[in-house]
Amino acid sequence: MELPAQTFRVTRADLVRYAGASGDFNPIHWSDRVATKVGLPGVIAHGMFTMALVGRAITEWAGAPDAVVEYGVRFTRPVVVPDDDQGTEIEVTARVREVTEDGLTRIDVTAVCGGEKVLSQARATIRSTR
Amino acid sequence: MSLDPSFVGRTYPPTAPYQVGREKIREFAGAIGATDPAHHDPEAARALGHSDVVAPPTFPVIITMAASSQIIEDPALGVDYSRVVHGDQRFAYTRPVVAGDELVCTNTIEDVSTRGGHGFLTTRTDVSTVGGDPVVSVWAKYVVRGEA
Repeated sequence: MELPAQTFRVTRADLVRYAGASGDFNPIHWSDRVATKVGLPGVIAHGMFTMALVGRAITEWAGAPDAVVEYGVRFTRPVVVPDDDQGTEIEVTARVREVTEDGLTRIDVTAVCGGEKVLSQARATIRSTR
Repeated sequence: MSLDPSFVGRTYPPTAPYQVGREKIREFAGAIGATDPAHHDPEAARALGHSDVVAPPTFPVIITMAASSQIIEDPALGVDYSRVVHGDQRFAYTRPVVAGDELVCTNTIEDVSTRGGHGFLTTRTDVSTVGGDPVVSVWAKYVVRGEA
């Protein structure tokens, strides 16, 4: 079963805010100068920010903020965030792989930015809602 | 980047307790656009059976990333942090983190390898209450890029 797609817009302001909230101040997430120096096309989103947005999608699908039992991803491509008002967009889709007898739902998640998958092996297990 | 495989299985001393604040959860939820009332309103969280506001699923990384500096900055292991790329991340929850939790992290090196000139490091951080009750286990895989 396919779950309804969810789209998240990401701007530079979001990255600055996430840096402050998470404590991850790596300059590749806010300085083009540093990002390009280490060979990136420009400032990229924190992998953990992308994972957090996908986590939001998962709790939305689950219908409960506390239903995630397990959640893992592999970061395969950077999410490049241009310094403009539009930023970029991450589209998140998922498919139910299995519903276990003890009420757990396993889903496979796909996150795409600019036509490319930015995560692989993105999987979550959620408890059925009350 | 060659990493010493004898570090596999090494466990580090528990970190100092981290007090999970209600405002920190609200700030983190706000930063990721998570608007569910249970992240913001203690009454909404209590209605779901929690003692205070509930953290979003990836919130524990705030605590575990700081704790894993124990490994990344261990001079004996000798990781060059400027060459570190975050490869994988996984969480297995016993229960969600809630405001008021006092959490300690115990870091273990699960795997160390060197392939194609790059170092690979897998860490597990067991997050528990100061009383020893498990809350969440967090795995991270890092790639330490070799010299070009």
